Amino acid sequence: MAQPLVKKDDDRDDEAEYSPFLGIEKGAVLQEARVFNDPQLDPRRCSQVITKLLYLLNQGESFTKVEATEVFFAVTKLFQSRDIGLRRMVYLMIKELSPSADEVIIVTSSLMKDMNSKTDMYRANAIRVLCRITDGTLLTQIERYLKQAIVDKNPVVASAALVSGIHLLQTNPEIVKRWSNEVQEAVQSRAALVQFHALALLHQIRQNDRLAVSKLVTSLTRGTVRSPLAQCLLIRYTSQVIRESGSTQTGDRPFYDFLEGCLRHKAEMVIFEAARAITELNGVTSRELTPAITVLQLFLSSSKPVLRFAAVRTLNKVAMTHPMAVTNCNIDMESLISDQNRSIATLAITTLLKTGNESSVDRLMKQITNFMSDIADEFKIVVVEAIRSLCLKFPLKYRSLMNFLSNILREEGGFEYKKAIVDSIVILIRDIPDAKESGLLHLCEFIEDCEFTYLSTQILHFLGIEGPKTSDPSKYIRYIYNRVHLENATVRASAVSTLAKFGALVDSLKPRIFVLLRRCLFDSDDEVRDRATLYINTLGGDGSVVETDKDVKDFLFGSLDLPLVNLETSLKTYEPSEEPFDINSVPKEIKSQPLAEKKAPGKKPTGLGAPPAAPLSTVDAYEKLLSSIPEFANFGKLFKSSAPVELTEAETEYSVNAVKHIFDSNVVFQYNCTNTIPDQLLENVTVIVDSSEAEEFAEVLSKPMRSLPYDTPGQTFVAFEKPEGVPAVGKFSNMLKFIVKEVDPTTGETEDDGVEDEYQLEDLEVVAADYMLKVGVSNFRNAWESMGDDFERVDEYGLGPRESLAEAVNAVINLLGMQPCEGTEAVPNNSRSHTCLLSGVYIGNVRVLARISFGVDGPKDVAMKLAVRSEDEGVSDAIHEIVASG
Amino acid sequence: MESCPSIKNILLLDSEGKRVAVKYYSDDWPTNTAKETFEKAVFTKTQKTNARTEAEIAMFENCIIVYKFVQDLHFFVTGGEDENELILATVLQGFFDAVGLLLRGNADKKEALENLDLILLCLDEIVDGGIILETDANVIAGKVASNSLDAGASLSEQTISQALATAREHLTRSLLK
Repeated sequence: MAQPLVKKDDDRDDEAEYSPFLGIEKGAVLQEARVFNDPQLDPRRCSQVITKLLYLLNQGESFTKVEATEVFFAVTKLFQSRDIGLRRMVYLMIKELSPSADEVIIVTSSLMKDMNSKTDMYRANAIRVLCRITDGTLLTQIERYLKQAIVDKNPVVASAALVSGIHLLQTNPEIVKRWSNEVQEAVQSRAALVQFHALALLHQIRQNDRLAVSKLVTSLTRGTVRSPLAQCLLIRYTSQVIRESGSTQTGDRPFYDFLEGCLRHKAEMVIFEAARAITELNGVTSRELTPAITVLQLFLSSSKPVLRFAAVRTLNKVAMTHPMAVTNCNIDMESLISDQNRSIATLAITTLLKTGNESSVDRLMKQITNFMSDIADEFKIVVVEAIRSLCLKFPLKYRSLMNFLSNILREEGGFEYKKAIVDSIVILIRDIPDAKESGLLHLCEFIEDCEFTYLSTQILHFLGIEGPKTSDPSKYIRYIYNRVHLENATVRASAVSTLAKFGALVDSLKPRIFVLLRRCLFDSDDEVRDRATLYINTLGGDGSVVETDKDVKDFLFGSLDLPLVNLETSLKTYEPSEEPFDINSVPKEIKSQPLAEKKAPGKKPTGLGAPPAAPLSTVDAYEKLLSSIPEFANFGKLFKSSAPVELTEAETEYSVNAVKHIFDSNVVFQYNCTNTIPDQLLENVTVIVDSSEAEEFAEVLSKPMRSLPYDTPGQTFVAFEKPEGVPAVGKFSNMLKFIVKEVDPTTGETEDDGVEDEYQLEDLEVVAADYMLKVGVSNFRNAWESMGDDFERVDEYGLGPRESLAEAVNAVINLLGMQPCEGTEAVPNNSRSHTCLLSGVYIGNVRVLARISFGVDGPKDVAMKLAVRSEDEGVSDAIHEIVASG
Repeated sequence: MESCPSIKNILLLDSEGKRVAVKYYSDDWPTNTAKETFEKAVFTKTQKTNARTEAEIAMFENCIIVYKFVQDLHFFVTGGEDENELILATVLQGFFDAVGLLLRGNADKKEALENLDLILLCLDEIVDGGIILETDANVIAGKVASNSLDAGASLSEQTISQALATAREHLTRSLLK
């Protein structure tokens, strides 16, 4: 398929730099734009000037507000001309200028005239322009025309109206939703693209109504859909319906036949969309997969790179969950290793690594070694990650894979690539005991010549933990001490820490380590000296062979069971005074990660990965907010604030959510209210709480909000008293009470007289989980064993029929409100049993650990065995009580 | 993936990576600098590949980019990483062929700049705010050209270079006969 590059015409080279826009200048073009004002318009000339203006904008030039306004007004004059070509350019220009609301009014009438013109091209374009620049108020005026346009017999006009509808739905949903009859009619259109646009809009209008979407899919999958694009949409909507309907017990999945039928469609994009949809079905069986894999396999040998890429990328994903299903494609995959397109080659390699068996590993490694030299770093990282998982799959093959990793570690490469390799070696050392010694030596060799401080320090830290446990720790000392001579201060300091760890754990090495540490006392950097001094003192000072204190070991190796973010904020707020900084005052609650985290580029945290950037702490914000209210001052230290609980449905007049703040003997409800009605001002807003179903609680005060203007959230509080330290639970019904005053939307003036009104909110519950802080432990087993079984309580529970094991596990985690450890909250698909490890701190600062074994019993019944350990007998019992009553 | 297929941007660059015409539909690149950085990166990454007979494809910054070159023009269409690659390729092909039709087979940078109005109208007819409007090159070119034809753009209205090109085409044809 390779073809020699088409040579440029030789005679072109002479005028290579020629461009009609050579030497173009904004100022001059703006001057030229004066022709728009001529009484006798020259359409050709005007078109040229607009093209020049568009060229400038396209090249990234921007107009000032004044310039843009001037150009805009000049351009509006051109509506006088009847020249169609010029009119098109005028439309384009108006869209590019995106005029402000007061300017839009100038062109509205011209555009509305065009919208009703006899020329279809005018109608279609005028609709698109007007909808692009319009706002809600204008939209109601033109709504009638738009509805007509949707069912216009000219497909261009209909599409223009439908696509505009899709855009407008974001800003003016209530108006566009009124068009659903017309849109419904357009779905039946004979014009392919009209059907596509109508389907997209109809689905967006109804997306919150599952039943309607399901009906839509049912009727369309039976009928005919003309455009391939519309068919792709239908496939997407169908998989959504399948996903939401959940899996049926046995037998065929609804709509699977439709998806499978699409694999025989004549358009490749539909075939691919359907194949991909099948591979992404929840709990897809190998029987369901087979036809999809077969068409993807055909694509692998297509002459089109795009098809090969699409197919190999999808198969690569399938290989993660169903490696066996993809093995049939291995021969085609292997031929793709030499594909010109390196993305395709990399995807093929990594797929092969996932599907390969133990015997093919060596052969594959040979092929990859040749391949590695001519791909970019980003692809190499992907390969390294695939090799890591392969090695974990076939631990017996660690020798050749570890060799491969150490070889590529020595070659040239950027930081991200080296980090991926080092991370992989670290993970292999951790998980494959046999690989430890050779892996550590590879790392030692690497830091002898490593240009990345970050990697050196990470490896030194890792050596400090793993090195002393090897059969001959002394052989690593040389590599570590070399760092003290040859590196920058950061690396030197971490080498000192590593030496100290060897000294602490290996008693026989202690005298020699002492000698080395003493030398570090003369380092030029104060951090290095400080560390050396600290370690010499903690280790015992006289340099003899003695056993190290347990306290010292704890200090050197114990994990700081505080989130670093919290420690950092506490240290920042600490003011030097007589009172020393108390580490126990640092909150231990792990902050929930904001959603933004998910959107961040898909980099997974790996072995040595630095912790992700700290999210802004909400707990601190709450603490600050509460401490600013004098009435709550004597409640003591805030134990926990819950996540906000919605007390209203979405899109109601007033939107309210509540946060539960738990103190030792008080509970404060914070109601966050938003008024979504523009012409209302609420005053004296309170929440009347009925606590008759919460016997142990007594209301002590209520703090109303003086006024709640439109779209500005405000808070009102209600505080309760409860028995100290007791995890009292109860249900509270809420009623929002306020005085409504009308606001004139144009002048912003408020009427003096208000009307008292009430608004029923949903109930709020204080549950046992509110008394539990989510505090994770890094090593659950250690924590479990060091807690001891003095206060262990074990019992078994039947959870009855459940939708799935995962759902049951989740329900229990939420019920207890504890932090799942070591990723045990994730339940693999189709598994019949699962063990979940939880950790938390119960009110009164009592640490609690729980180990829960789930099992599926019969078709759907889930049973579990709960073992709880804590520092307090009563708390262990309390946890069981929560489960027993939940 | 329940959403409508969407296009993040369409780029038409020259053989040095400079803009001929570009159109962005998503907010992923808020400033002109961000856009230029993206274009430069895409261009560098793809310039050595041979995307002249078949459209090529690459993944980059969580985007999928399909591209095709002719003469000194580089055509790119970008979509999200979950987008159906073949839909993007269809859009690219529509754009590529429509430009070829509008430039009467002389698709190169000079011709493209001389007919920039047609190229911009062409972009406007393919995608509206990220939503695919039309992918059939003949329909796209028809919609764009109808304006200039309706306006009575006869031979006399053509630019000199267009006339020359047509003449050259006629000449070659008669010579080849």
